[in-house]
Amino acid sequence: MFYCVYSTFISTFYDLSKILGPPTSWFILSFPKMATPKKKKMPVQEEIQDVDNDSAMAVPSSAIPPPNISSIKNKMRRTHEFIKLKRQRRKKKELQKKRKRETEALGDEAPPKKVPKTIENMRVFDETMVDPQDEEVLHDEAHDEMASYFSRDTRPKVLITSSDRPRSTTTRFLKELGQCIPNSEIYYRRGLDIKKVITQALAKEFTDIIVINEDRRKPNGLLLCHLPDGPTAHFKISNVKLHDEIKRAPKSTEHYPEVILNNFNTRLGHTVGRMFAALFPHDPQFSGRQAVTFHNQRDFIFFRHHRYLFKNNKRVGLNELGPRFTLKLRSLQKGTFDSKFGEYEWVHKRHEMDTSRRKFFL
Amino acid sequence: MAASMQHVFVGAATGVFKGVNLAQKKATNFQNVASLSREEEICAMCWGNQQESQVCIGLKNGLVKTFDAEQGEFTDCANCAGGDGRFTGLAKYQGSLVTCVESGLLRVWKDEGEKVDMDVGKDVCRMRQNHALPHQVATGGKENELKLWDIQEPEKPIFKAKNVRNDFLDLRVPVWVTDLQFLSEQKLVTCTGHRQVRVYDPATPKRRPVLNVELGEYALTALSVTPDCQSVIVGDSQGSMVMVDLRMGKVQKAFKGFAGAIRSLQCHPTLPMVASCGLDRFLRIHDINTKEMLHKVYLKSKLNCLLFSSADFTQEETETTKKQKRKLESSNITDEDEDELWGNMSVVQDGKKTDKTKRKAKTKKLKKPK
Repeated sequence: MFYCVYSTFISTFYDLSKILGPPTSWFILSFPKMATPKKKKMPVQEEIQDVDNDSAMAVPSSAIPPPNISSIKNKMRRTHEFIKLKRQRRKKKELQKKRKRETEALGDEAPPKKVPKTIENMRVFDETMVDPQDEEVLHDEAHDEMASYFSRDTRPKVLITSSDRPRSTTTRFLKELGQCIPNSEIYYRRGLDIKKVITQALAKEFTDIIVINEDRRKPNGLLLCHLPDGPTAHFKISNVKLHDEIKRAPKSTEHYPEVILNNFNTRLGHTVGRMFAALFPHDPQFSGRQAVTFHNQRDFIFFRHHRYLFKNNKRVGLNELGPRFTLKLRSLQKGTFDSKFGEYEWVHKRHEMDTSRRKFFL
Repeated sequence: MAASMQHVFVGAATGVFKGVNLAQKKATNFQNVASLSREEEICAMCWGNQQESQVCIGLKNGLVKTFDAEQGEFTDCANCAGGDGRFTGLAKYQGSLVTCVESGLLRVWKDEGEKVDMDVGKDVCRMRQNHALPHQVATGGKENELKLWDIQEPEKPIFKAKNVRNDFLDLRVPVWVTDLQFLSEQKLVTCTGHRQVRVYDPATPKRRPVLNVELGEYALTALSVTPDCQSVIVGDSQGSMVMVDLRMGKVQKAFKGFAGAIRSLQCHPTLPMVASCGLDRFLRIHDINTKEMLHKVYLKSKLNCLLFSSADFTQEETETTKKQKRKLESSNITDEDEDELWGNMSVVQDGKKTDKTKRKAKTKKLKKPK
């Protein structure tokens, strides 16, 4: 975890992967859900345990979900298939037991346990990965546009707006974002140009602007502009779930949440992480027990808003509040919003950058 | 200190001055990073002398420092403050510095505090010196047309370009010269923020551009002329670098690999190479002919300007390969061993290239008429 800003003691008990499932299966959640009658455990689970050879990158046969045996109408054939399945499972279990016996028998001489190759493990080496002691990067960050927030010279004041004539989903999303981010104000767009919004916001001393773009009745884009001259990040939003759609979600309160930023490791990731951190006030109110998480995995940023409760020293209970959405960075522009003449620090070029499945930028 | 020859000098937005040795693939900072401030951002760079052993660096606060490449440290620091805005161009004329700032004040800093001032208009984006005729200087900017000045005659420009005719809607075409270069002795090439590349010829009585090419979608930010003076390489604010043929007025090649805006470009004076740096914190060297990226160096800060030295660094590389060859020769490999080696290797077969778009025309046999 790179940047647990205010939650140093939470991080030891707060293992995100336990709440949200192992990384690969969690990533799969972002694909459109197939029409299955029950919620099954993702079949990719099995892939992780056994992959330990060079064919890791070839699609293993177990990645294709096996056909549903209970849908075979013929009883004889159904029982045959079930027997076959049981035989396979038994074989697998015996293999595992045998391996375990062998390692125990060898004791110290046992070969080290094989670590499965995942896409995160096999990530292409990135030169821009930030070394925490790097003097030049620290100096650069100490003098960048967000430095005034981190040196506590300015307090965040966020303006949230949307594209013109937003639909109900987007207006609800705006309200929930407004509740989630303290010290924020929601304004309706009413056909104003973003450059004019920026000049008005500067006059009213806002520090950040969030513009939610809507397409086909759903929010699909987020423009985060840091003021007065800060970078403008444009994200693609997907998988939005509002408070009403999350089961048993309690209401959130006005307490300042703790901010958790995970996995923003490269230089670009650092800049984006700092932009997110600059949205929230410095001092979280721990009595509110609320936490906002921006988790980066494979260039997708997952936003979650939870209330936690420590049951004892080892167990934490989590209740998901507020909106849940996924972001993907499309471009980072230097200076305030100027898509025509502004200079871009980073632009996502699909055909050049998405050539390798193991290369990530954040 | 600077025992190894630096092939490219790069100035960063944080104020760090770096030298990159491409043969050894090393980058060195010539300053202590912690002591720098935002006001010491490097805005412009130029060679201090003909031998390219000195570099003049213009900073945001108005200072101009001179760096000696042989000694590896800054030897001189002159206060060249004057006018508003950052430096948009630096040059050396007969030993004295010529500076231009955004507000349009072009100043020649002669010895003993003497200054010669010229007003080149408001909002200047670039000022460059003619290498063939060092007393000529060109400037251009936002709503500031291209002007060619003679330092010895500071009153009026020698050549002032005229704007292109109104477009098809009879609207005035806006002017925004972002970068310019001298093409051979007399001609000039400019690139604009409105995505145009224009060639001007001051020798002809025609003040309008000789060639006007509209490119791409985003504002062009940097320009450099290739060594053969037949084409020009331009970079834009989204990171696309493209080679434009000036005879045809068309895009010839596109260079790939960029993620951010290109702030500065320079072609090597003799070799077919182009160096580029920009906001994505990388210095890239591309081969002009083959379009491939030869070197890519991560430099940790946003890069503002660069200088490519004329030295032939590919020769240095061949020296190292020569050393490797000598090592191989000295190890005892007899002819028989070599034959065995070659025999053991598998034969490589050329893969068939199947071009799906084109189909081979079947050769039809001509039938003789009966």
